[in-house]
Amino acid sequence: MTKPNKVLIIGSGPIIIGQAAEFDYSGSQACRSLREEGVTTVLVNSNPATIMTDEGIADIVYIEPLTVEVLARIIEREHPDGLLPTLGGQTGLNLAVAAADAGVLGQNGVRLLGTPVESIRRAEDRQLFKDMLEEIGEPVPESETLTSLEDARRVAREMGLPLVVRPAYTLGGTGGGVAHTMADLEHIVSGGLRASPIHQVLLERCLLGWKEIEYEVMRDAADNCITVCNMENIDAMGVHTGDSIVVAPSQTLTDKEYQMLRTASLKIIRALGVEGGCNIQFALAPRPDVVDWQWQDASGSPYYVIEVNPRVSRSSALASKATGYPIARVAAKIAAGKRLDEIPNRVTGKTTAAFEPALDYLVVKIPRWPFDKFPLGERKLGTQMKATGEVMAVDRSFEGALQKAVRSLEVGARSLLWEDPRWRDEDPLQWVRETTDQRLWAVMAALRRDIPPQEVAQATAIDPWFLLKLNNIVSMERRLLAEPLKPDLLRQAKRLGFPDENIATLADRLPEQVRELRQQANIRPVYKMVDTCAAEFEAQTPYFYSTYEEENEAEPLAGEKALVIGSGPIRIGQGIEFDYCSVHAAWVLQAAGVKAIMANSNPETVSTDFDTSDRLYFEPLDAEGVRDILENEGLNGGESPTSIVQFGGQTAINLADPLARAAMPILGSSAEAIDIAEDRGRFEDLVSRLGIPQPPGAAISTVEDALVTAKAIGYPVLVRPSYVLGGRAMEIVQGAGELSRYMREAVQVGGDKPILIDKYMEGREVEVDAICDGEHSLIPGIMEHIERAGVHSGDSMAVYPPVSLSEGEIQAIVDYTQRIARALRVRGLMNVQYVIMPGDSGSSSTVYVLEVNPRASRTVPFISKVTGVPMVRLAINVMLGKSLFEMGYWGGLWPAQKLVAIKAPVFSMSKLIGVDTYLGPEMKSTGEVMGVDYNFEAALAKALSASDLMLPREGAILVSVADRNKPEALPIIRQLASHGYRLYATEGTASMIQAVDLSVEMVARRLEEGHPNVEDVIRDGLVQGVINTPGGGEASVMRDGFQIRRAAAEKRIPCFTSLDTARSAVDSLLHSDRSFTIQPLREYLGP
Amino acid sequence: MADKALLVLEDGSVYAGQAFGAPGRTYGEVIFDTAMAGYQEMLTDPSCTGQILVLTYPLIGNYGINDIDIESKRIQVRGLVVREDCDLPSHWQSKGALHDYLASQGIAGIAGVDTRALTRRLRSAGVMMGTITADETPEEALARLRGQPNYGTVDFVRQVSTEEPYDWDEPDVARRHIVVVDIGLKYNILRLLRARGCRVTVVPCTAPAKDMLALKPDGIVLSPGPGNPGLLDYLVRTVSGLIGKVPIFGICLGHHLLGQAFGAGTFKLKFGHRGANHPVKDLLTGRVHITAQNHGYALDPDGLRDGAEVSQVHLNDGTVEGLWHRSLPIITIQYHSEASPGPKDNAYIFDRFLEMVEAAKGK
Repeated sequence: MTKPNKVLIIGSGPIIIGQAAEFDYSGSQACRSLREEGVTTVLVNSNPATIMTDEGIADIVYIEPLTVEVLARIIEREHPDGLLPTLGGQTGLNLAVAAADAGVLGQNGVRLLGTPVESIRRAEDRQLFKDMLEEIGEPVPESETLTSLEDARRVAREMGLPLVVRPAYTLGGTGGGVAHTMADLEHIVSGGLRASPIHQVLLERCLLGWKEIEYEVMRDAADNCITVCNMENIDAMGVHTGDSIVVAPSQTLTDKEYQMLRTASLKIIRALGVEGGCNIQFALAPRPDVVDWQWQDASGSPYYVIEVNPRVSRSSALASKATGYPIARVAAKIAAGKRLDEIPNRVTGKTTAAFEPALDYLVVKIPRWPFDKFPLGERKLGTQMKATGEVMAVDRSFEGALQKAVRSLEVGARSLLWEDPRWRDEDPLQWVRETTDQRLWAVMAALRRDIPPQEVAQATAIDPWFLLKLNNIVSMERRLLAEPLKPDLLRQAKRLGFPDENIATLADRLPEQVRELRQQANIRPVYKMVDTCAAEFEAQTPYFYSTYEEENEAEPLAGEKALVIGSGPIRIGQGIEFDYCSVHAAWVLQAAGVKAIMANSNPETVSTDFDTSDRLYFEPLDAEGVRDILENEGLNGGESPTSIVQFGGQTAINLADPLARAAMPILGSSAEAIDIAEDRGRFEDLVSRLGIPQPPGAAISTVEDALVTAKAIGYPVLVRPSYVLGGRAMEIVQGAGELSRYMREAVQVGGDKPILIDKYMEGREVEVDAICDGEHSLIPGIMEHIERAGVHSGDSMAVYPPVSLSEGEIQAIVDYTQRIARALRVRGLMNVQYVIMPGDSGSSSTVYVLEVNPRASRTVPFISKVTGVPMVRLAINVMLGKSLFEMGYWGGLWPAQKLVAIKAPVFSMSKLIGVDTYLGPEMKSTGEVMGVDYNFEAALAKALSASDLMLPREGAILVSVADRNKPEALPIIRQLASHGYRLYATEGTASMIQAVDLSVEMVARRLEEGHPNVEDVIRDGLVQGVINTPGGGEASVMRDGFQIRRAAAEKRIPCFTSLDTARSAVDSLLHSDRSFTIQPLREYLGP
Repeated sequence: MADKALLVLEDGSVYAGQAFGAPGRTYGEVIFDTAMAGYQEMLTDPSCTGQILVLTYPLIGNYGINDIDIESKRIQVRGLVVREDCDLPSHWQSKGALHDYLASQGIAGIAGVDTRALTRRLRSAGVMMGTITADETPEEALARLRGQPNYGTVDFVRQVSTEEPYDWDEPDVARRHIVVVDIGLKYNILRLLRARGCRVTVVPCTAPAKDMLALKPDGIVLSPGPGNPGLLDYLVRTVSGLIGKVPIFGICLGHHLLGQAFGAGTFKLKFGHRGANHPVKDLLTGRVHITAQNHGYALDPDGLRDGAEVSQVHLNDGTVEGLWHRSLPIITIQYHSEASPGPKDNAYIFDRFLEMVEAAKGK
């Protein structure tokens, strides 16, 4: 195959469930890999918070919506001769297929690299896939592809239940499930048909309880094939692999089983003709004494092929990190025409990509689920993925790796010792039978109650090997409870991965005492290298993990060095933005001649690529893990390096205090400054001393005090507990009745811990990021939110530069930001949120400060990209002692660029059953996109298009708004009507519409009030969008709105719960030519 | 808590752990294998005779011991070194735990060792003699070890070869007759030949060439085996007597014998090739194959004569991985096409050999 000259790479768009940071990792790696081959790379992605969209990764970067139209325009402009579709997840693959189908590739002479369209179709289309496997003699579970409910019923009668429903061409198994009853089947199949872009689902023989095993396979154009590694899901078939706890390599397979599946994998990748990487999933027969299975028939097989992803995937990112074998990099080289044996292995320098990694450790991956944010969401796990991210831990024992992975999860203070209080009175086997995010803890609880591992195995279909290992942990817990904490016992506990904190809990000490005991007995972790070859060859990889053994391979790095603390698993509120910042921090340190050491626990990220930093520690980001690293780097009489806590989100900033107490130095703003910004009382004092307005409020702890305070400051008020209170973390309360109810519940759960009450100001919300050198503060840009205050800033659309601020308001914002920074002596980054309230009749408006975060915020990548100010570079250099002036910058506001950029949130609501989608003070979005152009309308149209909020040019809208929003909603409704939209509305809203002589169809609000009701019009596709504002307060009213919002989320149509967003979307419709610019980001910024 | 044990290497380095398997002392050449599964096959591989096996994968014994994964009539290694021995294995085929298996055959093991540190030592200093002990000081163990013969001076082939010829489980319809010379064979070679419709006769390493030819074989397979190939002049002579008379397939030690018969020498590798992930390049096709390997010696191609040529090389270090012959039906491979453990990708070599047999038959 000839080498292409110019290759277009499609990114995966915003972070959503099923498609997270792993594709930034694969895309960035691929761009660099192709450039090494002398290939010009053109990249398109809608997600600004990615390393791949940075200058210097690809040659030409487009941040534009991922649509066929956009792709066509880029191709016409750039004339690439190749398109690499296999690195941008399902989004990239689907877009490439759509573009090929639309003739965009053929007409322009663009060759699809890596994997032919035919192979993509054979792997993605259920029937073609099955046909191909049958042809090559690989076993597939009995199944039938169908497109209607009637067919589903017939198949169920023929094959019997349970059956698995798998929709074609969906992300992370969206819309699928296991049907145990006919009613289940009808429900899941109809959802699946809707979810599938080609309206097709597969019904399949259920292999529930079988072992789920994955292989990562590579193939080059010369037909050389290798497997990178295999992985064993601890959770058996029935739980999506993205929601399973996974271990690599497999632990319970004999070599014959391992090789049987490996051979099948090679056969499949050859039959598909994939050139690059491919992920293959198998079901393998479990122990018959654990899961009662029989051969399906005489031709029954000990294994079945379940699924193939003909592309780089989440699993391949995990496999890359688990083995050190860079799958995406190699896949890109293969696409550029290289053979596996022509690609050097940079880890060893002695071997090539034509080999299979040998591991001398194991890794455990645990998914990170969002149920800490959505306690009311359906926690049951099935074939539809629900995790937003994942953690990985490496060790030389299973117990060690598992316990480190649990530490890395950062789900509140939930250690492996955590138990749900309601488990106290129930049958332990009942808890473990439920496949939820809490099952690992339930299994531990059952084992603690002496339920035999074999019985737990039968209840969970988890192989007894894993349960026996978990039982080792339980035995050690008992010893720690009963025996004196002697060095020998302590050493054994550490070898089993027990964190100091759990040892302290069990042995009745303080964690710090356990640490001291360890120091006295010289019980420290050693660090071993991930080298792809099990130590067979000397390797230079600076990639380490801790374990409690004899030999330490991570001798302290010589010279000046600093530790960048990463951000851990991707979760709602802490996304890929922080990995972006961490990666840049490492690069800037290196450029400044300081060795960068990275610590992180997230296998999906660029930061955990072994060549991002000078040294990578794959470790839990808790105080113990980070202090151990720092001490290791300070061995042999050296000094521990300074730590950088500003870039890893809340994970890293939370470590400032424990590190400071351990006398470990922190680079940049002091732990004291961080504490002032984060402590409500201290912050209030500071702001009032500076004379900066802030919304009035107080911390109170009784219902009476709450009512008095609220009356004094006036409703509505924003209330939030100073601790986590299931589901009701933060609320906007409109009146006294509601407040009393909130307070009673809060007091009941939280005891006397204070509740924070603030005046809720429904003004314009504005946000700034600043780089401060202790004296001066540079504000690269101001972002104005489209939604008024009350919607979490992470869920708001933000516009740069601001559109409605007066000169005076801008001056106030700049002035306040500088004064706060100077008062806190911030060195590095700071993010401040403001709300602007109009003055009374003619008097000028007031700017109030809402919140200060003394760290990098989620808008750093966005603002860096649209202003051209390299924020992380400046921040790191400031931390290292340079002033802004020395770097050619100055204090104050950076001149606004000529472009308009809008950052829009993206949600994963269709996958989270039971979660209410309305926008409020709690963040719910999983990712973001950017729309950029020369004017507001075009930028907005792009942002809406990229975030799937664009209304079609014609159709119908369902409107149901709360009474207090009705006056404000009317102009929007008029606009829609004048634009030819048909209107559906619930009773109250419909009356209002009729009163102004517009035609409207009234629908029942409550489902029991007959048809058509709100759900009917959404589910039957009568409306193409929904405007619904929550009534608030009364639970039943919330519930009605909830049904509307869920129906819209599951139907995947735009649903606006803030009138501000709705107004913008409708305005954008009026901008009817929808013309927009398509050009590289660099060109928007001008010369 | 198990008894403490030590592994003491020839160079004086000491690794602490716990005794498992049979009690007592053992010594041998300490080697490491990087395959992640297949411990029972490795333990029963006669090529490991005289050696203490270090497994680099840390968790060993997970799926127990079964009746299927057996490659010879007993455990062949002298000792086993692991990071963690699995107390309670789990697999539907499992008939017992690894430590009981070792104990039942009198093989000592040591667990809890920092096997990565040990592997790094062997990688940089080269493989060397070592001893497992539970009741001596390191100095005592070292003194005892120095009194033992070095691995490279012992002919292990005579210890592992069958004493009497035997026929292997005959297929229903035998299309060809293959004689396998047992210089340390693995059963899987016999299984794969049988599965390809061959009647298989196994003969001892001491069988003269004329006796083998008297069996009128359609082809001869020279099996893999243990030890220093430089000590096996008697076998080289036997092989020389077979060349040109019958198609021959040499695997591993069999490859060394054929190589020597064609004038090549052998030399000891620093730490050998042992694992399931070794890439081999076929010089004729340019293709790369992932192979299972288990050898401490390699062929020095200088001196190869009489039509024998290098056909395959190791991608990492360029050592000889296979020979072919310009005019005679002879092929050899350094790796293990029979796998077990390891990738099954190279079973096609058996087919290639049998095609050669078929072609020779037609002449």
